[in-house]
Amino acid sequence: MSTLETQGLGKVYGDFVALAPTDLKVEKGEFLTLLGPSGSGKTTLLSLIAGLSDADSGRILMNDQDVTHAAPYQRDIGMMFQNYALFPHMTIAENIAFPLKMRKTSAADSRRLVQEALDMVRLPHIADRYPKELSGGQQQRVALARCTIYRPSIILMDEPLGALDKKLRDQMQFEILRIHKEIGGTIVYVTHDQEEAMTMSDRICLMNHGRIAQLGSPADLYFRPQSLFVADFLGEANLIAGRLMSGTGGEGVVRLEDDSEIRVTLPNALAPGAAVKVMLRPQNLRLEDGPGSDPGLTARLTDWSVTGAATKFFLEAPALGMDRLIATRATALSAAATERGRDYRLAFDPRDAVAIAADQAA
Amino acid sequence: MPNPAPNPFPAAVPIPATARRPMSKRNKQFLMAAPMVLLLVTFLVYPSAQLFLLSFQKGGSFSMENFQRLLSTPVYMTVMMLTLKISMVTTIFAIIAAYPVAYLISILPNAKKGRVLFWILLSFWASFLVRAFAWIILLGRNGVVNKLLQSIGLTSEPVPLLYNFSAVVIGMVHALLPLAVLTMLSVMQNIDRNLTRAASTLGAKPGMAFWKVYFPLSFPGVTSGALMVFVTAIGFFIFPALLGGRRETMITQIIIEQIIQTMNWGFAAAIAVLLLVVVLLVFVIYDRAVGLSTMTGESSNRKLRHGRKGILSQAGDAILTGLGHASDAIIGLFPRRRKAQEGAPPVLTGFVTVLLIVMTLPVLLMIPLSFAESGLNWPPQGFTLKWYEQIFSSPVWMSALWRSLVVGISTAVLAILIGTPVAFLIVRSQIRGKTALLAFSLMPVVMPNMILSVGLFYLYAKIGLVGTNLGLIIGHTVIAVPYVVLTVMSVLRNYDVRLDLAAQSLGATPWVTLRLVTLPIIGAGMISAFLFAFTISFDELTIALFTSGGMSATLPKQLWDEVSLSISPLLAAVSTCLFLFVTTLIIVVGLINRRQK
Repeated sequence: MSTLETQGLGKVYGDFVALAPTDLKVEKGEFLTLLGPSGSGKTTLLSLIAGLSDADSGRILMNDQDVTHAAPYQRDIGMMFQNYALFPHMTIAENIAFPLKMRKTSAADSRRLVQEALDMVRLPHIADRYPKELSGGQQQRVALARCTIYRPSIILMDEPLGALDKKLRDQMQFEILRIHKEIGGTIVYVTHDQEEAMTMSDRICLMNHGRIAQLGSPADLYFRPQSLFVADFLGEANLIAGRLMSGTGGEGVVRLEDDSEIRVTLPNALAPGAAVKVMLRPQNLRLEDGPGSDPGLTARLTDWSVTGAATKFFLEAPALGMDRLIATRATALSAAATERGRDYRLAFDPRDAVAIAADQAA
Repeated sequence: MPNPAPNPFPAAVPIPATARRPMSKRNKQFLMAAPMVLLLVTFLVYPSAQLFLLSFQKGGSFSMENFQRLLSTPVYMTVMMLTLKISMVTTIFAIIAAYPVAYLISILPNAKKGRVLFWILLSFWASFLVRAFAWIILLGRNGVVNKLLQSIGLTSEPVPLLYNFSAVVIGMVHALLPLAVLTMLSVMQNIDRNLTRAASTLGAKPGMAFWKVYFPLSFPGVTSGALMVFVTAIGFFIFPALLGGRRETMITQIIIEQIIQTMNWGFAAAIAVLLLVVVLLVFVIYDRAVGLSTMTGESSNRKLRHGRKGILSQAGDAILTGLGHASDAIIGLFPRRRKAQEGAPPVLTGFVTVLLIVMTLPVLLMIPLSFAESGLNWPPQGFTLKWYEQIFSSPVWMSALWRSLVVGISTAVLAILIGTPVAFLIVRSQIRGKTALLAFSLMPVVMPNMILSVGLFYLYAKIGLVGTNLGLIIGHTVIAVPYVVLTVMSVLRNYDVRLDLAAQSLGATPWVTLRLVTLPIIGAGMISAFLFAFTISFDELTIALFTSGGMSATLPKQLWDEVSLSISPLLAAVSTCLFLFVTTLIIVVGLINRRQK
């Protein structure tokens, strides 16, 4: 049974299609992330699910009940807002107890549940304080307690960590996952941060121009992107143009612009002769000095820099039509020195070279 | 999963079996705006239109006679020109004096800002009538100013300071300065102070940074302040009537004269139309020159015209550069302050302090006189409460006070009920005619009260509302509603709508959300709006002048009637009471707002 299902759900503002008719199923207990650049429709989709805006087409089902035109307070949802949206005139305890009060829970039960919730988010002693007396991270935890205390079957989160700094963010990601496990609810999470999405999600729904670009596990999207947009959006990718010469059973051969031929992985069957782009992740390209056993490309090193754990190499290969190729390797003192202006071989494993049809822009 | 038990908390409100699209938003929006639109159409637009028609009638048929008489009689044209002259001079002085005050307030840290703003608001809300009365006492033959001049030996005998052009202008500048300050402040507060800092890092000296960066950005404030002052000044009658001589007559006084003394509706209407035309003309000129959009306070983001730089703007630029050089040269004459970045310059603080004292003092000086046995001569002699005793034992004053309170409270309640939904609509919804709706709701501010009053008088005379509390309440609600709309709008703009959405996502129905979340948070702002509406009604004279006849006067009307007859310490006592009452209200508003923070 899916907890949440949208059928042809769409939203239009004047001429602007905020969300093209969209079908989406979220399973019980799943952590699904809506990921995408701004204006991609992820927030529109979320607010339609929450009932904060009205659908122009399609249906929303929650636990197999049609809620398309139900008000937010009639839906079995919890929502966490980017700015926390804690009520400034209520204490923390009153904030967390608010949904219980709306559900007419007895005062005694309510007190006990609030204390449990505060314990759960590891803030047991702040019940009588007001939101403005708390730090951003603490407010975030309170917001989390407030939207989970009544165990809604779906919890919606709208970029909840957007306002936190990096360290607190990592901490809260972990915290949200822990609480997700503890209460076993279904979470629909919106973010534009791909790293966050990859870390937290069971599945990612990557959106672009008001449509779902690809829906799958983080690894699926990362290793088997269905389109150039997906390949480009998740992680860094070198996309090298070429033409598919032959391909069967998930493998193929691509002729590049310098007429060299390389073996590639082919996640989708494509007809021979199709224009493709070969996706090579920077960390899968090895910078080699001489000819080696693996296939490779020749490129000239223009610059390099140490970015921390990784060292980044910038190369150019005009023969391939690439004025910028990126390769990385783990930063180490022991690594071989490199020289700017010299030609290197970029070796890779054919399994890491993924061919994507070039015309699938979306 | 560790928690497979069924959900113990179902949705707070079950979905009705017939969950359909919610009630058409359009209907709801219509209902929210309807009361205000109905009020303004019936009691502002309709009476004004009537007045307009009336001005083209003579003995029941179409005629241009009223206008012919108006335009061909030299005395009326003289009065009109004088009205424009007084308004112009008032505007210039008010703007020049208000600019440093607004500037200082905008750069002060928040705690001090509140304190200075309190004095401005106090003057803003203190009734015009009380302040005019204070000037009468101050500038009189035995008033404070004359005594002061004699004691320092500038003159040996009293100088006639009252009943002339400068007395009128002094009174009007004093009355309108707070309005100028508040209007300019709304623009100055939105100017990013880092811009001046940026200019100084780019090599501009303080004077240049001010004139070339800050001043041009604050200019929309100057122009909209000037517009507000001018349009208000043009409709004044209290100051010329009380402080001016025989020659200082303004156009609205003629209207009063025509209505009250000769009952010549057609001719009064013609003058009102002329006044309205002049006001509209001022707005049109303003719109052509600077654009009306600067009035909304979003002015600093105003799109600048691209391309050609006109000769005027080049000239303006050159003047500003010159001013920049000149001020830097003057600043260079003085020793450099060590902490140039911190706080306001002492010269500015000094000037503003003096100005604030001058703004408040006239009314304060009246207070001791209300306890004096010696009449209104300065210095006050003796101490007596007899004036106050007289007021409180006088049935006339007591019934006026009672009527003012009843009318004020009813007006405030009505204005809140009518104005609040409109403010919600303008701030929260995405309807198309939002700007138009706002402009419409501000009409009573822009239109001279005199025109509204005459129109209402005519309407009331026909439907029997003259001399009734209801008539007063309706009229006062018309002029109070815009202030409620503006106040509630500014409260709502600072309100995070996501709190409402959060409440709803947590299971609260819209009504519960309003009761438990929205209203508690915006409550303080609503009380301010209520008190403002009350103060407007409590101080209102123009409408009361016509529509509260004879025995049914309000406090300001009673005061006006008495002031016009004779000046006595009793009136100083009444004015003191009025002033203290309004002061209390302003303090209450201030305290509520502070507690909210």
